[in-house]
Amino acid sequence: MEVKNKIGFLNSGIGQKVTMALTGLFLCIFLIVHLTGNFQLFHHDSGLAFNEYAVFMTTFPPIKFVSYGLYAMILYHAFKGLHLAYKNTKARPVKYQVEKASANSPWTSRYMGVLGTIILVFICTHMSNFWWEYHNGPIPLTKYETSLVNGTMTASTYVGEIAGKKLEYNNADNTLHTVIIKDLYVVVAEAFHNIGLVILYVLAMAALGFHLVHGFQSSFQTVGFNHVRYTKVIQAIGIYVFGIAIPIAFAAMPIYFYLLSIHLI
Amino acid sequence: MKFTLQIWRQANNKAQGKMVDYQIDNINANMSFLEMMDVLNDQIIRKGEEPVAFDHDCREGICGMCSMHINGRAHGPLKLSTTCQLYMRNFTDGETITIEPFRAKAFPVLKDLIVNRGAFDNIQAAGGFISVSTGQVKDANNIPINKEDADMAFYAAACIGCGACVAACKNASASLFVSAKVSQYALLPQGQTERNERVLAMVNQMEVEGFGSCTNTGACEAECPKGISISNIARMNRDYISAAISAK
Repeated sequence: MEVKNKIGFLNSGIGQKVTMALTGLFLCIFLIVHLTGNFQLFHHDSGLAFNEYAVFMTTFPPIKFVSYGLYAMILYHAFKGLHLAYKNTKARPVKYQVEKASANSPWTSRYMGVLGTIILVFICTHMSNFWWEYHNGPIPLTKYETSLVNGTMTASTYVGEIAGKKLEYNNADNTLHTVIIKDLYVVVAEAFHNIGLVILYVLAMAALGFHLVHGFQSSFQTVGFNHVRYTKVIQAIGIYVFGIAIPIAFAAMPIYFYLLSIHLI
Repeated sequence: MKFTLQIWRQANNKAQGKMVDYQIDNINANMSFLEMMDVLNDQIIRKGEEPVAFDHDCREGICGMCSMHINGRAHGPLKLSTTCQLYMRNFTDGETITIEPFRAKAFPVLKDLIVNRGAFDNIQAAGGFISVSTGQVKDANNIPINKEDADMAFYAAACIGCGACVAACKNASASLFVSAKVSQYALLPQGQTERNERVLAMVNQMEVEGFGSCTNTGACEAECPKGISISNIARMNRDYISAAISAK
């Protein structure tokens, strides 16, 4: 048998699904990084840790480099997914009059395109709320003054301008450390005073959870990893870590700021 | 037993089809589904009308000829069963049963419930075999084969090519069929020589035939009358990835 791969790997259904799986898994790793960083929001430091983290993420060159790769992968995963979903509908031009798909497959596996579209809409909203604002919007500056003698910290609004996103200095006798920084924390906190936005974020996280319950384990199957022992572990990670724990942790943030805004916590 | 049947009627490949209602009575609960269809056709012929065309052959659940999408499921509601092994006792008296052909772009309807599953033959012909020089019969124990691998190859080889996997898949993907045909050789020593070429040829042909891609819903495995596992799809993908990378 003399056979060449006539169609080409990246034009084949399997090849394209493999690229979907790999970009999807990369996005799963990103979720862990993003969540870990966002936990700084829960620090009781008037947002200093979170603001420092925001500066780091937007100025440290290797992270900036990876972030462009990340945006490209989000776009690729979204549009290739929609393209494949469209192509797959073409594989059955005449639909069934009666179809009982619930008898043979979980709904999450059949609505990946719908769930993914909800997530894409969410990402656009989320980026315009914070990413776009941080880069282009009028972000207030906050001055954090930490005493180097007893460690007490005070935060106050800084009126004026600084070069870049952060200015840091000690006073002459080394007793006071001052950080003047773009305050994304306050933008986040104020955004979630809006109950509509909070609901959108929570629903989007539910969609993310359902998307990953199927998506995480499915990507391993697509790249050819299926094993009697390990597949069960992968499925459990997909359900409990990516499907439940991570989306709940993300959803906790808008809920936390909303509860703060109505003085319930 | 008494049933209302809603059946897809289509005169030929080019004609417009539609669902037609039929009433049927005095059906014995222990009749097979196909016997019920025979009774219906007898009734239709006596009225001087065109009987419902449907595929069938062995009626023992091993040839893969019968098809039909019954009440929204390939081969009907029974697990691990072909349509011919489905009995009327699996339905309730007075029930309305919808019967449609397997639907896929790659499985065009020829007439009524008969579809052309030739796409599967083309995939098989592309590489679903091993090239063996004929000669003297060798001793069966010449090539040692691990029992577990032999069993796995056998389970894959149990595929009867009925097309239920395609019919059940929301993407009309043929991945389960092709992966079973790839795996039955990939698991055995005799299949190694042409392993890469085989998977490339069969996957290429699968693309040419116009099947959808696999989104791992697992519907194929759930509806497969032979219980072929989707772990075969992972094996096919694995083999395809490695063959595509190493292809010259």
